[in-house]
Amino acid sequence: MNNSSNIDPAVFSRRKRANKIGLALSVGAMGLGMVFLLWILSVLFFKGFAALDLSLFTADTPAPGSDGGGLANAIVGSLMLVGCCTLISTPIGVLAGLYLSEYGDRSRIASITRFVTDIMLSAPSIVIGLFVYAFVVAQVRHFSGWAGTIALALIAIPVVVRTTENMLRLVPGSLREAAYALGTPKWKVAFMITLRAAQSGIMTGILLSLARVSGETAPLLFTALNNQFFSTNMNAPMANLPVVIFQFAMSPYDNWVNLAWGGALLITFAVLALNILARVVFREKVQG
Amino acid sequence: MTESTQSHAMPTPQALRIAKLQRVQDFLFHGITQFFALSVLIALLGIIISLSINAWPALHTFGPAFFFTQEWDVVNGEFGGLIAIYGTVVTSVIALLIAVPLSFGIAVFLTELCPTPLRRPLGTAVELLAAVPSIIYGMFGLFIFAPLFAEYIQPALAATLGQIPGLGILFSGAFNGIGILCAGLILAMMILPFIASVMRDVFEIVPPVLKESAYGIGCTTWEVVKNVVLPYTKAGVIGGVMLGLGRALGETMAVTFVIGNAHRLSPSLFAPGTSIASTLANEFGEAEAGNHLSSLFALALALFIITFIVLAFAKWMLSNMERKQGLKT
Amino acid sequence: MMSNMKTMFDLNKIDSDGGKVNLNTNQPVQQEIKNAIEVRNLNFFYGSFQGLKDINLDIEEGKVTAFIGPSGCGKSTLLRTLNRMYDLYPGQHAKGEINFYGHNILSDGEDLNLLRSRIGMVFQKPTPFPMSIYENIAFGVRLYEKLSRSEMDERVEWALNKAALWNEAKDKLNQSGLSLSGGQQQRLCIARGVAVKPSVILLDEPTSALDPISTGKIEELINELKHEYTIAIVTHNMQQAARVSDYTAYMYLGSLIEYGKTDEIFIKPKRKETEDYITGRFG
Repeated sequence: MNNSSNIDPAVFSRRKRANKIGLALSVGAMGLGMVFLLWILSVLFFKGFAALDLSLFTADTPAPGSDGGGLANAIVGSLMLVGCCTLISTPIGVLAGLYLSEYGDRSRIASITRFVTDIMLSAPSIVIGLFVYAFVVAQVRHFSGWAGTIALALIAIPVVVRTTENMLRLVPGSLREAAYALGTPKWKVAFMITLRAAQSGIMTGILLSLARVSGETAPLLFTALNNQFFSTNMNAPMANLPVVIFQFAMSPYDNWVNLAWGGALLITFAVLALNILARVVFREKVQG
Repeated sequence: MTESTQSHAMPTPQALRIAKLQRVQDFLFHGITQFFALSVLIALLGIIISLSINAWPALHTFGPAFFFTQEWDVVNGEFGGLIAIYGTVVTSVIALLIAVPLSFGIAVFLTELCPTPLRRPLGTAVELLAAVPSIIYGMFGLFIFAPLFAEYIQPALAATLGQIPGLGILFSGAFNGIGILCAGLILAMMILPFIASVMRDVFEIVPPVLKESAYGIGCTTWEVVKNVVLPYTKAGVIGGVMLGLGRALGETMAVTFVIGNAHRLSPSLFAPGTSIASTLANEFGEAEAGNHLSSLFALALALFIITFIVLAFAKWMLSNMERKQGLKT
Repeated sequence: MMSNMKTMFDLNKIDSDGGKVNLNTNQPVQQEIKNAIEVRNLNFFYGSFQGLKDINLDIEEGKVTAFIGPSGCGKSTLLRTLNRMYDLYPGQHAKGEINFYGHNILSDGEDLNLLRSRIGMVFQKPTPFPMSIYENIAFGVRLYEKLSRSEMDERVEWALNKAALWNEAKDKLNQSGLSLSGGQQQRLCIARGVAVKPSVILLDEPTSALDPISTGKIEELINELKHEYTIAIVTHNMQQAARVSDYTAYMYLGSLIEYGKTDEIFIKPKRKETEDYITGRFG
């Protein structure tokens, strides 16, 4: 047996070239992605900071054609809408997630629910807005913050259900068995042991759902609508940042466009902060 | 002796009472949690029923031809969904054509090439990009990207690809910036991080021992990806792409800002158009009850059903992937 | 139980072996043997696979009974039928009788939560609840008893003492149960099981996840606990079975091959299969 290698130099260099090209493309793709990320974020910061001053938080949205103004009513409105949404979607989502993880192995209903929940996670949010319009707004014949809350909740609930179920499933079966072995009834095992063991993961899910609905515009377009003035009445149209941005950005008024950028910066900042907070909470749980 | 036997096997009256209460509590717990779990199903049913009821008048008037009719005449009450559907489909296809290869490249980078200390921060950066609300992309598109697109990219495309016979018609027309192609590009930017994250997660499922055995016989990184990672994760990759498609189809804000909002059907990609979601966003507020409103509902119903099917397919593919891994869905 | 204790300390009535003697006749008195659990014709199925075949076995009150055998022989399966732990999983079911002080726990309508408060279990892997050490123990007690704060404090101290953990834990009762070491966590689980004062304690390979020192401590514990509790222990460590148990049951492939006093099983087993296993010819 001679010692010479059987490698055909032509094939080898072809393979090496293919590898180089493929990997170069891959690095290029990553670079392109990072370029876009930085480009979008830096544009947002520049334009947004230009609009950032105290009046943004103290003045209400200006009437068409008038100068100055701020986003105070929209900020408060968004906080209320998102807050109420979280109050509704968290218990529903957590309880549904409990059902899927504690009873979900035996039940056909559970598999169907899981399937539908996953699909609703990516469903077009404007269609959800239309549904709430037809179901709520058209019935009572006026737009309202409550309708907007319901639309946002329909988007938040699948997120909470999914993460809750996944986090509960990560709790080892031996912990549950230890609780049952003491004679603990099922509901106490679920609430006092399993839920407690998974609590930071579930917290993460709630934060992620918050982040998700904070940036949603389409569901609010025909439910909460918008309000030029400051109002905390949930039973009437409610000002909110996303719809204000939508209206102001496409308008011919300079101060409106300016305010739109300011609002865009605020929303992005809130969404990114919530996402990062969620990750920190989760990492503490994993390490702690 | 009998007394102590009894004390072992027979519980105290207090314990019996507690046990009975617990049975009731467990029953309630099961019922309440089941009810809330069902609420998601009920919401879905509600959406389909409500949309159908409101869409019925238009569907009844125009028949199934509604989806193939080009008309959108508010004044005369003649409506057809073809333009909106065309816009939705074309923008989504453009977005996928661009986003999928790029996402693939990013996923390969993150799993194979990236130096380990950078892996987590860069991966997180991609995920955070996926979390940015779509209205931001819309504003970016309208104010920054579209003007640049009109000034540099559109002329370049017209000068190069536009000269190819057959393809030329796609790149004809005025350089307005906003239009179908621009909307497709912004949409691509939007779904890129999303698909990249899903692909990255799917690639990470490949057992290291499989890759190591390929490296061990002298495969290059590219060959490992092509011959080991991709076949193993085929279902997951398809699922991820379908998931991105589902998102793209339903996207409103990123598209509405830059698509031009014109009910026109044109062979050129530079022309303005409209998608189902942007039609709804623009016209629903002022639509009068009757055929206009009903047609909008019909479009919404069509969008919902198409998206549902695409997402269901995606979920099926991804759960095949998880089953392979031995995880439960 | 209390009546037994009184006679045990009456030295006049005990002969040199520790057995009871009738003062009038000076003959050994037959101790009345009471079984805490009697298993009759027990068959167990995982779906269609039969995990236990026709088991007949007595577990004597106040004694330690060990289940030994190679992997997959059904010893854990048998242990888990005794507190109906298998009921948590659909597709697993048992046929036959398991009489707990005369009461068949396999009957329909049996309240499993009450049963498990009388028959406790400690698992192979230490499983402290995500709460403080104090709460870990109070949790089980609170299920079926209403105790005042001071009574609960007493009970917690009593249980931790029984598990030989009081000295190490008394200054950190409010810290999480997870802050203890592996051996301490397992003793916490034993304290938790003991605190609710069950009649029977089931131990499923309680020391396989622990280091030798913790193992030794827990074996001492078992020797102390058996005075007041009936104990059944599953172990794959034959020497452990020989050290701690009064009775041993050898199982193989789902059947009970031999059962008897530990000394007899280990020194003079009746069946060849038992002898093969014990001498290490297989397993």
